[in-house]
Amino acid sequence: MLQDEKYQEQIQRIFAKYPDKRSAVMPLLYLAQEAYGWLPEEALDEVAELCDIDPTQVKSIAGFYTMYRETPKGKYWLQVCTDLPCALRGADQFYEELKAYLEVEEGGTTEDGLFTVEHVMCLAACDRAPMLQCNFHYMENLDMDKMRAWIEERRAEAREKEQKS
Amino acid sequence: MENILLRNRTIPEIGTFETYLEHGGWEAFKKAFSMSPDEVIQEVLNSNLRGRGGAGFSTGRKWSFIPKDAERKYVVVNADESEPGTFKDRELLEFNAQQVIEGAMIAAYAIQATAVYIYFRGEFWDIAHNFEQEIAKAREANLIGQNILGGDWSCEFYTHLGAGAYICGEESAMLNSLQGLLGQPRVKPPFPVMKGGGLYYEPTVVNNVETLANVPWIIVNGADAYRAIGTPESPGPKIFCLSGHIAKAGNYEIPLGTTFRELLYDLAGGPQHEGKGFKALLPSGASGPVIPLTEDMMDTPMTYESLVELGSVLGSASFIVMEEGTDMVWAAYKMAQFFKHESCGKCTPCREGTYWLNQLMTRIISGQGTMRDLEILENAATQMQGKSLCALGEFATSPILGTLKHYRAEFEAYVNGEKQKELPASKTVAVAH
Ligand SMILES: Cc1cc2nc3c(=O)[nH]c(=O)nc-3n(C[C@H](O)[C@H](O)[C@H](O)COP(=O)(O)O)c2cc1C
Ligand code: SF4
Ligand code: FES
Repeated sequence: MLQDEKYQEQIQRIFAKYPDKRSAVMPLLYLAQEAYGWLPEEALDEVAELCDIDPTQVKSIAGFYTMYRETPKGKYWLQVCTDLPCALRGADQFYEELKAYLEVEEGGTTEDGLFTVEHVMCLAACDRAPMLQCNFHYMENLDMDKMRAWIEERRAEAREKEQKS
Repeated sequence: MENILLRNRTIPEIGTFETYLEHGGWEAFKKAFSMSPDEVIQEVLNSNLRGRGGAGFSTGRKWSFIPKDAERKYVVVNADESEPGTFKDRELLEFNAQQVIEGAMIAAYAIQATAVYIYFRGEFWDIAHNFEQEIAKAREANLIGQNILGGDWSCEFYTHLGAGAYICGEESAMLNSLQGLLGQPRVKPPFPVMKGGGLYYEPTVVNNVETLANVPWIIVNGADAYRAIGTPESPGPKIFCLSGHIAKAGNYEIPLGTTFRELLYDLAGGPQHEGKGFKALLPSGASGPVIPLTEDMMDTPMTYESLVELGSVLGSASFIVMEEGTDMVWAAYKMAQFFKHESCGKCTPCREGTYWLNQLMTRIISGQGTMRDLEILENAATQMQGKSLCALGEFATSPILGTLKHYRAEFEAYVNGEKQKELPASKTVAVAH
């Protein structure tokens, strides 16, 4: 997929930043993730070929970090911070209630494919706990009332979209 | 006092190139540019600015280590900010981008760097994209890029996004990560400033975001004026991040040497809940030992030195505050989980050690621990000290040993069967006695 015409300019811009090809592996993994929605074997192979390194190395790099999706995720990937500073302000309970409301276990995705929930370490927003990262954006100063309202809005949007198609 | 670092608090748009220029932006760089690189290093050395990333190393000295004859040299800005309780760099990056860029370009001029890379933690995705636009504006003004300000020196400025790994905040792991290698620390020496130790194995200055944000002010106002702020050994302003059980959590820019009382009561409004007193403080996130937060210490000035005397470290000044009633064993357990998750696995004492500390803490907190487990816990943590490849292996022992030192009775309550916590099924461990 990264061979597609529409990605070429971005790929060239990434390569232009670094003196060698290998250094482009992280930004290219992000790009592949954007293209595929996650990082299937194929995506890893494409990145390996572009960077001229072994696919097993690309795989270990993808596995080393928490922001690469090695498995498909829901449309909204909710990463709740439950590290100590947030936990002192109620993040553990917030996380448990969120999972219960969505009826998923740690790391699970809701049946409608909309939400994946997991917990993560400090996201540098401890003064606005409880907080979470949704895809690449932060949601801060949360409570379950706000979350329920937000979840129901997303569900309504999805239903509307389905009816139209 | 006027804000030197968090200028966005008084001038909201200061992060944009246009507004920054209106408020004296890039004057410092132009002044530095009229000086020789050595004079710039000397000025920063005289200011006694100490690194704000945690280690407190003299910034001027670090710059002076860069060999002059190297053909390629780099500045890497550490914007990985991942220490639990730390969120100061984020405010600087989000709202004071130009000041950070200018500070980094002064560092680059001082060492005659060929390029600057800023390594953002992956979660700072939006911030990094805004940063690229601000870099482009400075490039258009010929402050970055080819033949800067019409001279011979050229220097590019690039962004790079991490992808979620605390260890990449450690400077040599960061360099590996940038090079597309696994983000694990390197064996040192050679240190990053040395040939063979830096980015692409070329001499490299790695500086924290907040450190660099101090530099423009120092160049404009001079080292003497800077040293007039704070204390002689710990000069300058510092951003303290307050989190946990504090009435007004957030960032506070204050001179080093301010007392605990002024920060925790006068500025931040005391404990979070009325009627409760303070109990404990983690002054440096999860990476420094916990200390009791007592009335006796309230009038102590906060400096790099005084925190050591109190039995901890100032580090990045990420104050995690805990009130009376906080379960200290639970807090230690939380931190044990953090370090187990973040150990990069490269060396055995840290990989195995963080695993076992977490297993033991899980066992103790779920009420299955024994007095013997406490001994093993203390032993395992002590054994890890001084044996790891990087400081994370050391950091991982401090929540355990610090908590045992000050709050042993709370551990004993768990192993004596007086107390236990219900853990989610996924968190419990099989007990093998
Ligand atoms: C495990 C570990 C994590 C670190 N994380 C950070 C970080 O997130 N940000 C940072 O600036 N420095 C971090 N450091 C310190 C850096 O290695 C380095 O000392 C610092 O960036 C140097 O900049 P300074 O001299 O301006 O403080 C970390 C160190 C270790 C051992
Ligand atoms: S001490 Fe821990 S984090 Fe550091 S290199 Fe060893 S295993 Fe990795
Ligand atoms: S502990 Fe949750 S953002 Fe820092």
